[in-house]
Amino acid sequence: MITALWIMIALAALLGMILGYASIRFRVEGNPLAEKIDAVLPQTQCGQCGYPGCKPYAEAIAKGEADINLCPPGGEEGIHKLAELLGVEFKPFGENAQPKPKAVAFIDEQTCIGCTLCIQACPVDAIAGAAKQMHTIIASECTGCELCVPPCPVDCISMVPIEEQLTNWKWRYPVFELRRTS
Amino acid sequence: MTRLHRFFGGIHPPTHKSESTQSPIMTAPLPPQLFVPFRQHAGEAAKPVVQVGERVLKGQLIGEPVGMISSSIHAPTSGTITAIELQQIAHPSALPDLCATLVPDGKDEWGVRQTLSYRQLSSDELQKHLRRCGIVGLGGAVFPSDMKLNHPVVVDTLVINGAECEPYITCDDMLMRERAEGIVRGIEILRHALGTDTVLIGIEDNKPHAIAAMQRAVDESSHPFKVVAVPTLYPGGSAKHLIKVLTGVEVPSGKLPTDVGVQCFNVATAYAAHRAVEHGEPLVSRIVTVTGNVEQPRNYEALIGTPFSDLVALSVAKPDTNRYIMGGPMMGVELPAVNVPLVKASNCVIAASDALFPPPPAPMPCIRCTRCAQVCPVELQPQDLYWFAQSHNFGKAQEFDLFDCIECGACAYVCPSSIPLVQYYRYAKSEIRARDLEKRAADLARERHEFRQFRIEREKQEKAERLAQKERAAAEAKAAAATAVVATQLNPNADADDTQQMRIDAALARAKAQAAAVTPKNTEALTPEQRTEIAAIEARRAKIHELAADAGADDEPPKNSQGN
Repeated sequence: MITALWIMIALAALLGMILGYASIRFRVEGNPLAEKIDAVLPQTQCGQCGYPGCKPYAEAIAKGEADINLCPPGGEEGIHKLAELLGVEFKPFGENAQPKPKAVAFIDEQTCIGCTLCIQACPVDAIAGAAKQMHTIIASECTGCELCVPPCPVDCISMVPIEEQLTNWKWRYPVFELRRTS
Repeated sequence: MTRLHRFFGGIHPPTHKSESTQSPIMTAPLPPQLFVPFRQHAGEAAKPVVQVGERVLKGQLIGEPVGMISSSIHAPTSGTITAIELQQIAHPSALPDLCATLVPDGKDEWGVRQTLSYRQLSSDELQKHLRRCGIVGLGGAVFPSDMKLNHPVVVDTLVINGAECEPYITCDDMLMRERAEGIVRGIEILRHALGTDTVLIGIEDNKPHAIAAMQRAVDESSHPFKVVAVPTLYPGGSAKHLIKVLTGVEVPSGKLPTDVGVQCFNVATAYAAHRAVEHGEPLVSRIVTVTGNVEQPRNYEALIGTPFSDLVALSVAKPDTNRYIMGGPMMGVELPAVNVPLVKASNCVIAASDALFPPPPAPMPCIRCTRCAQVCPVELQPQDLYWFAQSHNFGKAQEFDLFDCIECGACAYVCPSSIPLVQYYRYAKSEIRARDLEKRAADLARERHEFRQFRIEREKQEKAERLAQKERAAAEAKAAAATAVVATQLNPNADADDTQQMRIDAALARAKAQAAAVTPKNTEALTPEQRTEIAAIEARRAKIHELAADAGADDEPPKNSQGN
């Protein structure tokens, strides 16, 4: 009886030590779930979700504070991916959060006065320019977040939708008639 | 005799090659206008280097390569560039691309032609010459040939592809029949550049004339090349499959033929290399088959940029022709319009009618009969790939090696449910590619955003540090000054660390010193009028002070009463 008790206590202590060691040795920095969510988000850093960037939104979702349907640039597909990742039901977009076609910002260089306000607003440093110098968008880096549009004092920034070209053309999903109706 | 090998699957569609091999290659007449696209090769489009209105000579560079994988574009004949603008091209999307419009002057006058004696040249110099001459793979993939000669590993076998497995197409067949000598000379140039010993020329056994002509040319040249007749089996002309048949080596998934020590070129590419090196002629024309629903199916040697409509007119399309296919019936794409220009990739144009190619019956559900799996030359599971592609399950499709699919169409050819399988694979592939690009863009955006935040934080810190340092320096300087000058006069006990107080004290001391130093000009020796004026002002001032004091006293009580 006593022996059995001692064996159990010894076992418990041993396992406890192993677990304790493992928790220190294999410690994961940061929240791995938030990082996985962040990887799914489109990284436009637009703040349309109400958080200051994609990472804060991912952290809020991970903590259960935010809904999964707040990211219009991710599209419905983004919600599907988040739902799958988190094991929750799909939720359609709300009334005021509808996805828009992809676009890049365009600065009308004739109107630009070189105030640098848009440069300060750009979350991905995609605007080149300096004080009293003409600014321009680096289109390949622009995420289309629209954050540069409101600060412009002369309204010279517009969003130009990305048109289909040979370089980004995609084969369509096959569609065919099942029955000919005349 | 070389021992041949077999690849898995394959089909035997009716070849329809004899129609267009009855008459020799004809040089197409100079068209009234040529439209030369700047994107005719795999990789980056060429950059225009001519101006609108400029007169160009035949073979003059009009587009120079941009970046690593790219090639040059040349004027197909002499004439004037009348426009450089977006034009419709031979692409299934029907989207326009940048083209140069060239109006020929009819002289067909060559520019400078630089010929080389390749035996004295290194592979590197030959590659540069081929790139300058715009030589790309003419088998259909239009991959820049110089890139294929530039390989880090040892290549011991050169395979020359004359299989031409796809039905209807006979441009390589006719080229081998009529210009075997040039091809063999081109093969020797490529062999020299690659540094290989073995050269195998694979030709499908349904082209006996071509095999004989090539054999004769090889014998005459006394090069140790081997002409090998390979069994006719679609898609035996795919590079990887021809390599398997000729050498028995299978190119692993995701690897290049050079990784197994083999490189493969098309016969037409070898011929183009010969023209480029030994005649100094850039790639400005190619052999193209015009066949199908036409009166006189045959092969033409046409200038790049010739509208297909001109070629079809030469062969006289039958009245019931309702569409045109560029390439073969298995892998070709429907042309958005018949007036789009011929490009380096155009090996064949087929006039199609509903009688010749009856529209396929409506697709039925997949019954998982796995006939497609039995013919797939890449040994994939087309029925599974179809299932994943049609349900947008792209990750799974990739796991099932969708990207090994060569889009040969053998699966769709045998499908009893007439499912357009290749369309589904193309759709899935382009979706996956687009997503990949999006993912990369998102990663870049994340990186830039994180760096920006780091930068802002760093700037803030640096600013704070700078400020602190400045303050310290100022304090030290002040402290030194204060101890030297002020401290002894005014406040000998001042605390050196109390910088704020020190500064105020110093400023006060300075002000006092200044006040003491300056003597007002006009306080002495004033006129009586001035004195009386000053007195009046002083009296007014005193009165105002009095009034202000009274008003302040009056204000006090109401405020209190209001509060109560």
